[in-house]
Amino acid sequence: MSQISVLINPITALGKWIIFIVQEMGRIAIFFLKSFCLMFSRPFQIKKIFQQIHFIGAKSIFVICLTGAFTGMVLGLQGYYTLVKFGSAGFLGAVVALSLIRELGPVLAAIMVTGRAGSAMAAEVGIMRISEEIDALDTMDINPLRFLISPKLAAALISMPLLTALFDVVGIIGGYVSGSVLLGLSGGIYFTRIETSVEMTDVSGGFIKSFVFAAVIVTICCFQGYYTHTRKEGFGAKGVSLSTTSAVVMSCVTILITDYVLTSFLL
Amino acid sequence: MREPFIQFKNVFKSFGENHVLRGTELSIYKGEITTIIGKSGGGKSVLLKHIIGLLEQDSGTIMFEGRPISDMKKAERKALKRKCSYMFQGTALFDSLTIFENIALPLKETTRLSDSEIDRRVKDKMDQLDLNDIDEKYPSQLSGGMKKRVALARALVTDPETVLFDEPTTGLDPIRKKSVHEMISNYQQKFGFTGVVVSHDIPDIFHISQRVAMLDEGRILFEGSPEKLAQSSDPAVKEFIQGLYAGNDTCIQPDKKVDK
Repeated sequence: MSQISVLINPITALGKWIIFIVQEMGRIAIFFLKSFCLMFSRPFQIKKIFQQIHFIGAKSIFVICLTGAFTGMVLGLQGYYTLVKFGSAGFLGAVVALSLIRELGPVLAAIMVTGRAGSAMAAEVGIMRISEEIDALDTMDINPLRFLISPKLAAALISMPLLTALFDVVGIIGGYVSGSVLLGLSGGIYFTRIETSVEMTDVSGGFIKSFVFAAVIVTICCFQGYYTHTRKEGFGAKGVSLSTTSAVVMSCVTILITDYVLTSFLL
Repeated sequence: MREPFIQFKNVFKSFGENHVLRGTELSIYKGEITTIIGKSGGGKSVLLKHIIGLLEQDSGTIMFEGRPISDMKKAERKALKRKCSYMFQGTALFDSLTIFENIALPLKETTRLSDSEIDRRVKDKMDQLDLNDIDEKYPSQLSGGMKKRVALARALVTDPETVLFDEPTTGLDPIRKKSVHEMISNYQQKFGFTGVVVSHDIPDIFHISQRVAMLDEGRILFEGSPEKLAQSSDPAVKEFIQGLYAGNDTCIQPDKKVDK
């Protein structure tokens, strides 16, 4: 009997874990779909969406420029010394631009927005949950998803492609600074290679990724905050801190997994 | 015989191993104020949250005007919710909104009233509750008592048909307590709403209540008028009432009414 239970127990635990993951993914998907559909319900929440664009988008510009510039500069440095070995330093512009537009721009911009705005969203919604503000909305017959989540989702869907584009542009300039200004590669060659190698499908692929990442960040971060009260590991302020941590970790991991899946479809 | 407006029939609710409601039977009548008393942590707020749909019972039935809420369609539940208002024990004010925005929120989000009309209604309520010159302040800048009155203003600003008050006077000084009680009573007489109040303010709360229900161990131990409560021979009821009288400064018996 004990031998059977030794075999069965891990399988039972694995089964329970898989059921939990599937249920959780289903709940997150429903959370996203409801919030997305409520974005289009009247009256439109224009003022709130602009406030969120200011918070998610405008306030992220500095950190996006900073990380974009240094990412481009590192790519310029690494790319130049690698390409020089093969006598292809002239391709530096293409390497920097394609790396940024296809992969690094959308992914790093999304991770930066997760750290700056996603964590704040999870904490804000979590505190509203534990202080019964979300229950209060419910008693006033105000849909909490429409009131709280939909404007954030709309703002992120608008802001993320713009932030990604900014990251790409600043990164390309960063690559030019390190590759051309500091290491002496001709600026004309650097930009000509970008013009000849980057195609519209690369740019649109990057934008598709940024839309998906925007949805991932808002959905996961707000979901974690929204269900703070159901956490078994901690209640109150501790629950909010755990929700914020798991929101950031889950968002970053999901961004990377989604990036692989999207890349395999887009290529 | 009068038909109850809201009725709990054999309602059970548990949170894990904590069995909060254990076959609760309660009748609330239209146009009356019913006060629910009982030990702290005894499930009074849980009972109140079942009425407005924040919690759902594990078993049993909650009836609204003779119809089980669970049988109602989504639109009917929504309509029911719009007629109700809830004042939270911890106020549940929005920290990021000003006092004016907090009180105006239900009107802005659920009605199509003009901004000037919303402004007028909010200002009226603020005047009535002595909440002057705090429109632009945030909840964190107010005292506990003031927050309670703001929460009360928000609960009453929509002129609801049913108002659920979860300890509306906890943390207020005796003068403010009296004014809140008077305001609940005056509003009830003026608009005829049905009020359900969770309170420990005995005997003061009895002066505005037509009915009292005592919740103990998840069951309603007593249900009736405040006068009948005072005459109850049930030892548990007696012990609880005597304990509360001993804890309060104003020892007025419920049958000796004070001037409103």
